[in-house]
Amino acid sequence: MFSRAYRAAITVPPLVWVAVFLLVPYALLFCYSFWSVSVSQTIVHSWTLDNYRDLFRVNVYLQTLFRSMWIAARVMVFSLLLGYPLAYYLSFHAGARKELFYQLVIIPLWVSYLVRAYAWKTILGSDGVLNTLLQYVHVTQHPLDFLLYSPFAVVLTLTHIYTPFAFLPIYASLEHIPRNLVEASHDLGASPFQTFWRVILPLSIPGVLAGATFAFVLSLGDFLAPLLLGGPSGIMISNIVVSLFGAAYNWPLGAAISLCMLLLVLALIYLSESLEKKWSFR
Amino acid sequence: MSGGAQVKSRWLPWHAAAVFCFLYLPIVTLIVYSFNGSGVGGFPPRNLTLDWYRMLFADDAIWTSVLNSVLVAAAAMAISLTFGIPAALALDRADFPGKVLFRRLVLLPLILPGIITGLSLLMLFRAADMKLSLLTIVLGHGTALISVATTEVFAGLQKLDRAQEEASLDLGANYWQTFWRVTIPNLRLSIIGAALLIFTLSMDEIAVSFFLIGRDNTLPLEIWGRLRRGITPEINAISSIIFAFSLVAIVTWYRLRARAEGNAEGGAELVEAPVQGD
Repeated sequence: MFSRAYRAAITVPPLVWVAVFLLVPYALLFCYSFWSVSVSQTIVHSWTLDNYRDLFRVNVYLQTLFRSMWIAARVMVFSLLLGYPLAYYLSFHAGARKELFYQLVIIPLWVSYLVRAYAWKTILGSDGVLNTLLQYVHVTQHPLDFLLYSPFAVVLTLTHIYTPFAFLPIYASLEHIPRNLVEASHDLGASPFQTFWRVILPLSIPGVLAGATFAFVLSLGDFLAPLLLGGPSGIMISNIVVSLFGAAYNWPLGAAISLCMLLLVLALIYLSESLEKKWSFR
Repeated sequence: MSGGAQVKSRWLPWHAAAVFCFLYLPIVTLIVYSFNGSGVGGFPPRNLTLDWYRMLFADDAIWTSVLNSVLVAAAAMAISLTFGIPAALALDRADFPGKVLFRRLVLLPLILPGIITGLSLLMLFRAADMKLSLLTIVLGHGTALISVATTEVFAGLQKLDRAQEEASLDLGANYWQTFWRVTIPNLRLSIIGAALLIFTLSMDEIAVSFFLIGRDNTLPLEIWGRLRRGITPEINAISSIIFAFSLVAIVTWYRLRARAEGNAEGGAELVEAPVQGD
């Protein structure tokens, strides 16, 4: 029913915009990662694999990448541990308060990410809220200093930020489960635990995968929480990229690291999508 | 609610309560300490005061950055909607070479860490010899948030009855008239939802802005700059005010939405579409 002109009119403008502002920049990222910087700090536009060689030879890059993945993995697991039972409770047991509780999960998302990270800083600092509270009630005499400027602080903050992201797709998938399947399972003699394990959990796997991907990928690329709360031991891979694009002035190496990150992210999305396909019952 | 047929254990409500405490602890702390006379931190809060708010209202740099952020968010919203709505229509009803790639590209900034979007755009602006300014941030936000407009509008399109558009065309309206008088009004909830979401996401965005910033700060970057110099409850105060504004916006939006329809699923459909399609 739609004419050729109509289809062209809806297709061409977004296509052009996306090509200029997404495709070209990614292509530039790709090119930069094979260029280099001269001594006089100009970009040398000749192709080289040096950046990738550095990336695999200089320990600090790989170490930091693995540390970031380890932090992201913990954030993912904790967000799922917090998000899944919450989503399950809301979907199956919250009754009339369901809608209210749902809104309560969403509302923290409307407080700036940066501000929430900052709030954790004021809570965890050595003269922060938590430490002064602990001293006030005489649990400790001296402030606990592992709370702030540590990977712990980064994991805690990112878990706080990404728990709603993990919750949302899980909740959506639980809400999609036809309730008569659950009843059928019950009528056929399955115990509540069996019903959960054999019916509800498998049907919610696509939501879990989506939530896990969000939590892992977004925390993997984070650089503000580590800068604010991580200290030297909480540095993540994006912090290295930021410094390479700033003071250290080595865009090509920064581009190579970013490109690896990009590929890693795409691989994870692909993996999660194929697993999702496997688990979706239609 | 079928009841009884599922795992129901006593710890579930407690777990939920604990998660809510965890989610709200920093927000409550933030607001409480915005009234704390002796600065951020220190338990219990003492010398309750409005001084930080007074100081905030006299702080021109903050308000300039708020104004910048509002301008950026409004302009980014215009760009995202201008290109995001046709993109959703194109994905819904046109076939063209590279459609799958196009869909992936459009949606990528939604899941990609902001740093990658930010610095690849930085490379583009540098290659084009463009000076970094609020304009570059607008282009960055506008581009990244097309994904939001597209997902929301695409979800709306799935519920749209094409017969209405067909009828409009049969009755002699041209495509342009049909678009403005039938398609857009039918999608208005999705569009308003997308616009609100884009506005707030842009107001809060920092990773992309971090790389594209010129001389003028947006609010998150202004806050960021201050955090690096040391922390003051002024930041609590401005954050509390913005939180209050956001709350009003959400409540208004849900009222609006609830009045128009029962439930909408957000953007899940577009992401799931390929599973059924190819």
